[in-house]
Order: sequence, then C-alpha cells, then structure tokens
Amino acid sequence: MMDAVSYWPLLGVAVVIVGFALRANPLLVVTLAGVVTGLAAALPFGGILSALGEGFLSTRTLSLILVLPLAVIGLLERHGLREHAGQWISRFKRVSAGRLLALYLLVRELSAALGLTSLGGHPQMVRPLLAPMVEGAASKALGPLSHGEQQRLKAMAAATDNVGLFFGEDIFVAFGAVILMHSFLTENGIAVEPLHIAFWGIPTALCALFIHGCRVLYLDRQLARQRRRLQGASGAD
Amino acid sequence: MQIEWFFALAGLLLLANGVLTALDKAHPKRWPSALFWGLYGGLFLIGHWLPPALCGALVLAMGLVGGLNLVKPKKALEPDAVQRQQSAKRLGHKLFWPALAIPLLTLAGSLSLPWLAAHQGLPLVGNPTLISLGLACLVAFALACWLTREAPVQGLRENSRLMDAIGWALLLPQMLATLGILFAKAGVGDAVAALVGQVLGDDMRFWAIVAYALGMALFTMIMGNAFAAFPVITAGIGIPFLIDQYQGNAAVMAAIGMFSGYCGTLMTPMAANFNLVPAALLELDDRHAVIKAQVPTALLLLIANILLLWWLL
Repeated sequence: MMDAVSYWPLLGVAVVIVGFALRANPLLVVTLAGVVTGLAAALPFGGILSALGEGFLSTRTLSLILVLPLAVIGLLERHGLREHAGQWISRFKRVSAGRLLALYLLVRELSAALGLTSLGGHPQMVRPLLAPMVEGAASKALGPLSHGEQQRLKAMAAATDNVGLFFGEDIFVAFGAVILMHSFLTENGIAVEPLHIAFWGIPTALCALFIHGCRVLYLDRQLARQRRRLQGASGAD
Repeated sequence: MQIEWFFALAGLLLLANGVLTALDKAHPKRWPSALFWGLYGGLFLIGHWLPPALCGALVLAMGLVGGLNLVKPKKALEPDAVQRQQSAKRLGHKLFWPALAIPLLTLAGSLSLPWLAAHQGLPLVGNPTLISLGLACLVAFALACWLTREAPVQGLRENSRLMDAIGWALLLPQMLATLGILFAKAGVGDAVAALVGQVLGDDMRFWAIVAYALGMALFTMIMGNAFAAFPVITAGIGIPFLIDQYQGNAAVMAAIGMFSGYCGTLMTPMAANFNLVPAALLELDDRHAVIKAQVPTALLLLIANILLLWWLL
C-alpha cells in the first residue's frame, strides 16, 4: 500500500519553500507552484487550467469580503475618519495604546467565540478605526509619533485582530473549523462530539488571550523606553 | 437575494479600477495594470459563463502579470490633511456611523436572513453572512454619501485608491485557496503523510505530540491554511500515533492540533489575507511587518499547545 504513494507532487511544496527562501513575489510563487504541482501529478495542461479556473470561481468570496467595504471606508477617510478616531480616543485619560489593543483583543476573541466573526476585520475595522485610535492613544503619551513607531503600532493592530479572531472562532460550535474536524474524524471512524472539540479549544484560547494581552500591554512601556533612549542619545550629542 | 449580485458588483468595482487605470496617462505601468484589474473584474462578472480552461488561462495570465510586479498604483489623489481635519471637525462622531454600520448590519442580517428565508419564504441563494455583508456595504455607502455630501462617483474613485493600495496582493488569497485545491487533487497530502510516518519512530509519546503540533504549524505555513494541513497531519501523525498508539482523547487532539496550525498561519506570508493584505492595506513599508509582530505570540502559543497536549491528551 505504501509504495502506491507518489512523491512527485511534493515538487509543488518545494517550489513554495524555494520561493520563500528567495523572497520572490508570493503571487508568482503560488502561481508557479500550482502549475508545477499539476504537471508533477501528470495532469494534462488543459486539466491544470480548468482546475485554476474552477478554483478561482469557487473562491470568489475571499476577494468579495475585501472589495465591498472599500468604497465606504475610502469615502469616510477622505472626510477625516482616521483623524477623528485618533483625536477622539486621545480625550480619554486612562486609555493607552496597549490597553486599547488589549480591550480590542478581548472583545474580538469573545465575539468570535460567540460566532460573530464579522464584527471586525482589516478593511472595515483595523484600517479606519483601530489603527488610528491606537496611534492617537500612543501620541497622547509620547507626542508626535515617528514613522517607525506608527508602522509598529499599525502592524500590532493588524496582528491583534488576527489573534483575537483565530483563537476565538474555534470555540464556536457552528464554525467551519469545528465542523471540518468533526467530519474528518467521523470519516476515519472516530466518534467525537463537536461540542467537545469546541470545549477543548478553550485552554488554548485563554493562553492566546494571556500571551498576546501581555505583549500588547508591554508595548506601552517598550515604546516609552525606546523614546527615552533616543532622547538620551540626542541629548548626549 | 443572490450572492451572484454581489459578485457582479465586486466585478464592476474591479473593472472600474481597470478603466480608471487605462485612462491614467501618467501611470508608470499603465497597460499591464489595467489588464490585471480588467481581467479580475471580467472574471467576476462573466467567469461562470466561460469554459473553465479559458477561465484558468486568464487566471494564469493575471497571476503572471501580478507576480512579475507589473501591477502598480495610480498616483494617489488623497485630499490634503487640512481639508481632512476640517471635515473631521465638522462631521465628528457622524463619521463613525457608516463605518460601524458595516459590521453591525452584517451581524443583524446574518442572524435575520436565514429566519426570513425559512419563515417568510424570502428566496436566498448563497451564504447569508456574505449576502448581509453586501447589503450592509450598500446601506453604509448610501449613508456615507449622504453624510459627506459626495457624489457616488467619488466613492468609486476612493474604492480605486484603496484597491491600488492593496495591489496584486488582493488576488493572493484566491490563488492560495486554488493551490490548496490543486495540492489535494495531486495527492500532496498522502505524500506528506507517508513521508512523516516513515520519519517518526514508534516510541516516545512526547515526541509524537511535538511532531504533531510542529507538523501542523509547519505544514500550515507551507499551505497558508490550517484547514488544508489538518486532514494531512492528523491522518499522518495524529490518528496513527496519538490516538491508536497512545489512546489519546480525539477532541483534545483535534482542537489543540487545529490551534497549532493557526500558530503557523500567524507566521507565514502564504496566509495572505491575514498577513500580507493588511500590511498593504495599512501601507506598511515592510510587507512582513504584521508577521513579525505576530511571531512571538505564535511561538509562545505553540509551546503552550505542546504542553496542553501533553497534559490533556
């Protein structure tokens, strides 16, 4: 039975790894990996093209959720949404960048765990609201932010949305991942309740909340320390 | 109510960006960029009427045009900072309404549309959450035009500006999902499972756990998707070793195994829609900046997952 396995399709995996190592354009790597995988599995070229076409059509929702909110967000940005979000948040005395991110992490993870995965996302939440608010909160403590500080805060805002979503959604029984795990195990003759799979996700979800929460709360101090070091260096000149 | 309407709407928006690009005479990569957006929109609009092989050839062309860095943004037409400040002062919190309307209406719709379909006979074709997102965006757009007193065509220009900011990365999530389909068709999963089974000996429960968790993370990094890695690594390592040999709890294995895969998702450019698209959307200089921000969380969580598997399995 083992010798029936063909190792040739692993060439596609090799293309991905080599592409990573060379830091090539990811779109090029993925496109080539698809063609190579098809050829290595001895699919006819027409078959590979059909698979590409059918794959594109069956995954259109992935682009849909990115494209549809853009016009609204762009229009609001043109009229100062990001500026207003930053200025508004800096009026609150006790809000810091780290605390705001920690609060967002908690809300994002809890709402994802309740199945409300659409209450967030990068185009509709992180770019127009979360990132400017985090920058606003940080500039209240530090004054005008440097380019590097802005970049770091934006990246952390995007990361926080991801962590909250990923480690919340698997606790929700009706979510695709739980259904997928359940049906895969059932196919392999292992009886397990979806509820139990969702339940045993809770320890990791709590770890994610703790680990990433500590990291974003620590961010305030890191930024302040970096500022002091830079000011000390310029003061010594 | 059909999801196809919103595919057509997205297609028109993509096509409009292609037309705006073609009209921009100062554009450094005018024709390849216009071709990319035009094909993208065209496939959204009429792709399902074309023969699959032709459709695939056009997708391949898009992948190459985008992959060879031939897609560039138009010159940005952002309003100056002073104008934005004045507008922010004038509109204040009203600016939040349309932005918050998108998630809240999506939520309301995804809860109420299935009920309406079941009890009121509303015809509903497609995923209710996606249809709700489409409707929410339309309502929010009308609200935004009304509040800012802009003509809808300005919305089209803003849409085009943000699409340009994302660029070729917009296509990446779909290409990755397609690669996953091709991998499955070609039997990549079986090959990996066979390989891992040969490498992993039959002693040491702890190392089997480590191999399972790390295998999920690494294979997810290659595939860009924990859903694709889960069946492969669970069939290759999880079931034969953790379940059959060490009598582990299958629910614990599955739950923590999938989360180990998500740790991989946080660390790979292949998970484009979570890592590369936001970096482009937030206009970060380093396209790996979001991944770099996530790596410490992902590694610590992976260790936590290995320990949890060790205690709970």
